[in-house]
Amino acid sequence: MLNEMKLSFDSRSSNEAFARSATAAFITQLDPTIGELNDIRTALSEAVTNCVVHAYRDTIGKISITVTIEDGSLVTIRIRDKGCGIADVKQAMEPLYTSAPEEERAGLGFAVMQSFTDKVSVRSTVGKGTTVTLVKRLSRRVSNG
Amino acid sequence: MQPRMVMDENKLTVYLTGEIDHHNARSIREAIDCSIQSNKPSLLRLDFSGVTFMDSSGIGLVMGRYRMMSLYGGRVRVVELPESLERIMKLSGLGALNIIGSEVHEYAE
Repeated sequence: MLNEMKLSFDSRSSNEAFARSATAAFITQLDPTIGELNDIRTALSEAVTNCVVHAYRDTIGKISITVTIEDGSLVTIRIRDKGCGIADVKQAMEPLYTSAPEEERAGLGFAVMQSFTDKVSVRSTVGKGTTVTLVKRLSRRVSNG
Repeated sequence: MQPRMVMDENKLTVYLTGEIDHHNARSIREAIDCSIQSNKPSLLRLDFSGVTFMDSSGIGLVMGRYRMMSLYGGRVRVVELPESLERIMKLSGLGALNIIGSEVHEYAE
C-alpha cells in the first residue's frame, strides 16, 4: 500500500522549520523511533536549506516536497526546486565544499543527508532546478499502513 | 531567539536553546559575536543542553565561533551536548579540534 503527501512553499528560511515539522507529522503514522524521526528531520532540513541558500540564492521560488510511504516502513522524500541547478553535483556533494562560505555554511549538507538516510540521489539541470531524493527504511513495520 | 549569556571572570557561557537551523543560526551568531567583541573572553562555553534539534547550521555556528575565538587567542568548548546531537557533531570533524567535552576535561588539560 502506497501513501503520499505533497507540500509546496516559498523558499523563505522561516519555512525550514515548517518543512521539517510537516514531513515528520506525516511520517509519524509509521510509528518511527525518536532517533529515526530525528534523522529524517535532519536530512530534510539540509535539503531544504540548500534550496533556500543555493537554488534560489537571490530570489524566492517554490520548494516542493513529496513524501511517499510504502510497505509500512519505506520512506521516500523528494525535495524539488526550480532554481539555478548544480553544475557539478559530484563537487557539491564533497564534504566541506561550499559555494556560500559567507553564509557560514559548513559544507556538510550532503554528508549529513548521506549519514542520516539510507540513500541520497541528486538530479540537477543548470537553469532548471534540482531534485534530491532521500530514502530511509524504518526498523519497525506498521501493518495498518 | 536570543540565547542567554553569562560572563564570569574570563569565561563567557552561552546557553543555546530550541532548534538550530539555517534560519535562526544567524541571530544566534550575531548575538554571540557581539558579546565576544565586547567582553573578549578567554574561554567561550557553548552549552547545548537546551538544544532540541540542529542540522549542519549548528556545526557552522561552532566552527565560526572557533575561528573567531582563535583570532583573540581564546578557546571554545562545546558542553552539555545531548545524546541526540552527538552523531552530527562527530560527523563534522569538530571532534578532531578537541573542543567537545565537559568542564572536567577542560581542567584536566
